[in-house]
Amino acid sequence: MKIDEKSNYSEQLQPNPAKIGQQMDLNEVEAFSPWKDTWRQLRKNRFATTGAMVILFFILLGLLAPFITAYPYAEQNLVERLKPPSAEHWLGTDHLGRDIFTRIAYGARISLQVGFFAVTGALVFGTLLGVIAGYFGRWIDMIISRIFDILLAFPSILLAISVVAILGASLQNALIAIAIINIPIFGRLVRSRVISLREEEYIMAARAQGMKNGRILFHHILPNSIAPIIVQSTLGFGTAILEAAALGFLGLGAQPPTPEWGKMLAESRDFIQLAPWTLIAPGISIMLVVLGFNLIGDGLRDALDPKMKN
Amino acid sequence: MVAKPLLEVKGLKKYFDVKGGVFGRKVGEVKAVDDVSFTVMEGEILGIVGESGCGKSTTGKSILRLIEPTDGEVTFDGQNIASLKSEQLRKIRRDMQIIFQDPYASLNPRHTVEKIISEPLLIHGMKHAAERKKRVRELLEIVGLNAYHASRYPHQFSGGQRQRIGIARALANHPKLIICDEPVSALDVSVQSQILNLMEELRDAFQLTYIFIAHDLSVVKHISDRVAVMYLGRMAELADKDVLYADPKHPYTKALLSAVPIPDPDEKKEAIILEGDIPSPANPPTGCAFHTRCPVAMSVCKEVRPTFKMVDQDHYVACHLYE
Repeated sequence: MKIDEKSNYSEQLQPNPAKIGQQMDLNEVEAFSPWKDTWRQLRKNRFATTGAMVILFFILLGLLAPFITAYPYAEQNLVERLKPPSAEHWLGTDHLGRDIFTRIAYGARISLQVGFFAVTGALVFGTLLGVIAGYFGRWIDMIISRIFDILLAFPSILLAISVVAILGASLQNALIAIAIINIPIFGRLVRSRVISLREEEYIMAARAQGMKNGRILFHHILPNSIAPIIVQSTLGFGTAILEAAALGFLGLGAQPPTPEWGKMLAESRDFIQLAPWTLIAPGISIMLVVLGFNLIGDGLRDALDPKMKN
Repeated sequence: MVAKPLLEVKGLKKYFDVKGGVFGRKVGEVKAVDDVSFTVMEGEILGIVGESGCGKSTTGKSILRLIEPTDGEVTFDGQNIASLKSEQLRKIRRDMQIIFQDPYASLNPRHTVEKIISEPLLIHGMKHAAERKKRVRELLEIVGLNAYHASRYPHQFSGGQRQRIGIARALANHPKLIICDEPVSALDVSVQSQILNLMEELRDAFQLTYIFIAHDLSVVKHISDRVAVMYLGRMAELADKDVLYADPKHPYTKALLSAVPIPDPDEKKEAIILEGDIPSPANPPTGCAFHTRCPVAMSVCKEVRPTFKMVDQDHYVACHLYE
């Protein structure tokens, strides 16, 4: 069965004996990857598209903040303090006369950044530790898993408070704290995924072909565990933003005059009866962003789950 | 056939620890493979049959060290596999390949066929992408698929086609030995024969040697040159295919063969129905493992484990009847 000779003949003249009895599909089928399939599923999901739209709105709001509003976010105007929403101040002003819409727009930058960096940090370290624990097992797994258990034993906000207390109160340290408390969540997820994948036959096939551990980990195990990681990242985005707001509310995150949404809530809580709009705007913003990420996360989970495929 | 041995397995053992109690201490062991020895000649197809759970697959995977054997010697092409360092082992794996039972589980769902087949080429030193691409196309044609299938994903194929992809992957680096771990038992009967014929053609075309593991006696009879029968992690009988099927010596082999249905309703034959269940390999019977179900068991069978030895020309049996 020499291929070089055979290529001189057309398929009809000399049929490949190995193909006898097989029903051949003559028209070529488009090769579609699992990712394209996921994308199609996701676009069909109305909740996920809504979530994506909400997030896109806040991203644009943050990016275009200097062009949308004429006010700087920290400019005080005590004459105009606690004004209700009007044509000049779309969402009213706070107790120092700062335009709330401006602060929400600039605050979107901060919240999305916190979400992004905290999730990325937790993702990178959590995945790394999880993969190592899951793939190599035994005492390495033992040590890493116990560290995760210890981190998870603390209430997350308490852990974040202690981290910030050690490092000092600033947005950056709040971000580090949030990343740390999210590490075990990613770590355990990845570890369990790797442990189940390690027993898959195609991983054994990879070893049978003589692949090195690194190649098996990064070309076979990790790409197959990416689906739950993506879902958890999206959901984690929301949680991280919420945690940053909580730290800001407690005065442990961003410091004034940074327009951080949680901080804005904390500053305006004394005026809740006098000027409820000062609370409603940042509160609803936080809710919308977190909801948006959760909707995308849920949509992704459905789209990536092979059992949900029809 | 005058041939030299390609693979020699001596005293292969694989015990799995059974852990229990609060601290996960070892409370026992499952003797999945218990002292198995055989030789595979160059160019032959050795069939291994047995009930499910008798250790056939574990034997196959232990030979490749996909499962670390507990004890024993595996000599492949003059090298003792069991003592190789991981880097040497990695290198020798291009010469000994495996085809898995489940074509749905043995292909990475996120890789294209192109990547699946070209990866073994890459890791064993075929650096040029164009060269790999050409070889992948060639391999697809060899196993009866088409070159344009390379860009597709495994989920776009049927079971039989997937098994062909698995075969192409195993063939990629011109191996000498392929261990076929029940390669057709997950397939339709009509597809089974296609795959079996393909494997026979490939053996002739590329001078391959197979260890063919199966539980289907007719499949093994069709493809093998010699057949080994396993029971509870041990070898019961090993002989030339025709000899074994015509003149089985071991009572277990006799029972096994009598269970093969004959496609003629008028023909009557005496089926040997075995009593009881297969014993647990965690607690195998003393002496001969088969004595609890053997119709002709003697008192010596309970006490002494029979040795696996030649009783006829190239006919090995482990049974006290032939001591």
